[in-house]
Amino acid sequence: MYKYDTYDQAMVDARVEEFRDQVKRRLEGHLSEDHFKPLRLQNGLYLQLHAYMLRVAIPYGTLSSAQMRVLGDIADKYDRGYGHFTTRQNIQYNWIQLDQTPDLLAELAKVEMHAIQTSGNCIRNISSDQYAGAAADEIVDPRPYAELLRQWSSFHPEFLVLPRKFKIAVIASETDRAAMKLHDIGIRMVRNAAGEIGAAFYVGGGMGRTPMIAPLVRAFVPLDQLITYAEACLRVYNRYGRRDNKYKARIKILVHELGKDEYTRQVEEEFAHLLTQGIEPPLAELERIKAHFTDPAYDTAAPDTLDRSDPDFALWVDRNCAAHKQPGYMIATISLKPVGGIPGDASGEQMRVMADLGLKYSFDELRVTHAQNIVLPHVRKADLYDLWQQLDAAGLATANLDLIGDIIACPGLDYCSLANARSIPVAQKISERFAAKQADLGELKLKISGCINACGHHHAGHIGILGVDKKGTENYQLLLGGCEGDDTSLGQITGPGFSEDGIVDAIDKATDVYLAHKQGDERLLDTYRRIGMAPFKEAIYE
Amino acid sequence: MKILTGNDLKSGAVTWWDGVQWSLHVSDALDVGENADAILAREQAAQRVNAAYAIDAVKDEDGVRPAHIKDRIRALGPTVRPDLTLKPADADARDWVI
Repeated sequence: MYKYDTYDQAMVDARVEEFRDQVKRRLEGHLSEDHFKPLRLQNGLYLQLHAYMLRVAIPYGTLSSAQMRVLGDIADKYDRGYGHFTTRQNIQYNWIQLDQTPDLLAELAKVEMHAIQTSGNCIRNISSDQYAGAAADEIVDPRPYAELLRQWSSFHPEFLVLPRKFKIAVIASETDRAAMKLHDIGIRMVRNAAGEIGAAFYVGGGMGRTPMIAPLVRAFVPLDQLITYAEACLRVYNRYGRRDNKYKARIKILVHELGKDEYTRQVEEEFAHLLTQGIEPPLAELERIKAHFTDPAYDTAAPDTLDRSDPDFALWVDRNCAAHKQPGYMIATISLKPVGGIPGDASGEQMRVMADLGLKYSFDELRVTHAQNIVLPHVRKADLYDLWQQLDAAGLATANLDLIGDIIACPGLDYCSLANARSIPVAQKISERFAAKQADLGELKLKISGCINACGHHHAGHIGILGVDKKGTENYQLLLGGCEGDDTSLGQITGPGFSEDGIVDAIDKATDVYLAHKQGDERLLDTYRRIGMAPFKEAIYE
Repeated sequence: MKILTGNDLKSGAVTWWDGVQWSLHVSDALDVGENADAILAREQAAQRVNAAYAIDAVKDEDGVRPAHIKDRIRALGPTVRPDLTLKPADADARDWVI
């Protein structure tokens, strides 16, 4: 894992003290809310429905056990005993007091964490593949490149006041587990014909009000030009992105309106200019960062077999564990989606349990996934049964990864001031309704957003749900056919919306259509793509 | 009726204008009639409330009930965590909100 150097630590510590002074002046009445609001937002502090909400950055979703333990302690000390892991691989606390925030941030800084650039029109936390460094199918660990981009984008003076927020994802596998093409910039580390590592840039994707899939803008950027090319992409956006209308201010609108070819031409022109300016950090810096992401000291004698005699354990392994690049190891996902639970929520005690298990079984490392689960990336197969038993005792052994119960849901109208409808109660009802038959439905990614901003990624769900306000009443639109992976697609709305109970019934009917038409190993998504919307629509609205 | 709501500066807690000060309980909310803008300007200038605004509400046998679901949820707390609402012992709270 990356460790702060003296510059990193000094920057974060200084920011804490700067914010401490700003909070003091606000509480003493020397700063108005109009003046203070942009300052608190730059430190991740929102004012939500019930209280202040603090969003803490978890760069590329990677945490040490010490960091996870502090997140749990903060939940108990400064919040109401829990936190919410988000679709940006961050964590949010819902009940923060303004006067306590500086002390909270100081505790985060002690374990090399902060809340900087988790809000505002800047480059946000950079996300990545939760299996990075462990996946059997990756060509390289993407996190050193994500870290290089993090350092470049932190306090970047030119990009702190962009037209809108900006999200970057970096992956390095054939399988896209990070919704890469639905980001402002999606980067896939690739190998060219000469065997050299470089970066493919996809620019102008996103969800929200106007969902778009990012087109490929450049197939190969050499490693010694990575930051320069990213800078060129941002510069063109910063120069021409719309600032007159926040709904048209994301880079996806610029790329769409200019056209991919014209946007690319402008980026290449800027790139050529920037190459003459010498802004690229030396490759030695990348090598310094890479040294923090070397493989752990694997037990090369670890047995590559599993005792599957406990059927519940075997079910969990089959559902929640993935192949590891190292023989004798597996990647284990801890589902934060118990039946009827709140997706992505974990108590302080559960966070400490996961921290302990990460230390004991996974080389002191954990990951947050954009699907709001936690990953232990390097677990010996020989330790999996012990791990599972301890997870089970803590209520963390739900075997439902990528099933219909593994729902992505935003906080919705229960917490969020932007939301139009509640997401969580719908997720809970679906989770309960389908608990008994979810295994029969196979991989089925269901995602719920409480408003058009799409924090719950509803456009990318095999089944998506969008909550809207219909004359003061919650109403839920149903979408089918979205996908965030290698074959990214955007879901299509089935038709008129439903009540809270009606949407659950509609999904029941949609899954019946799937099971009736399923061929072979088809997922619901595959069946939908083959037979189209009509049979689903007919059943849903009969 | 027209009532005023905002957040406490220090805690961020949802508050309601009761005619004298800002209460945590929507049941204390006072009908401000045509005086909303004047009260909001005065109270925000004095920094006694944060992000305040006026909303429509009705008053019946259950007390003061904001017209919009968003403010009803603000009044009580998240519907999915009854243990964290202002009236955790009230089994009918969720029905009241929705």
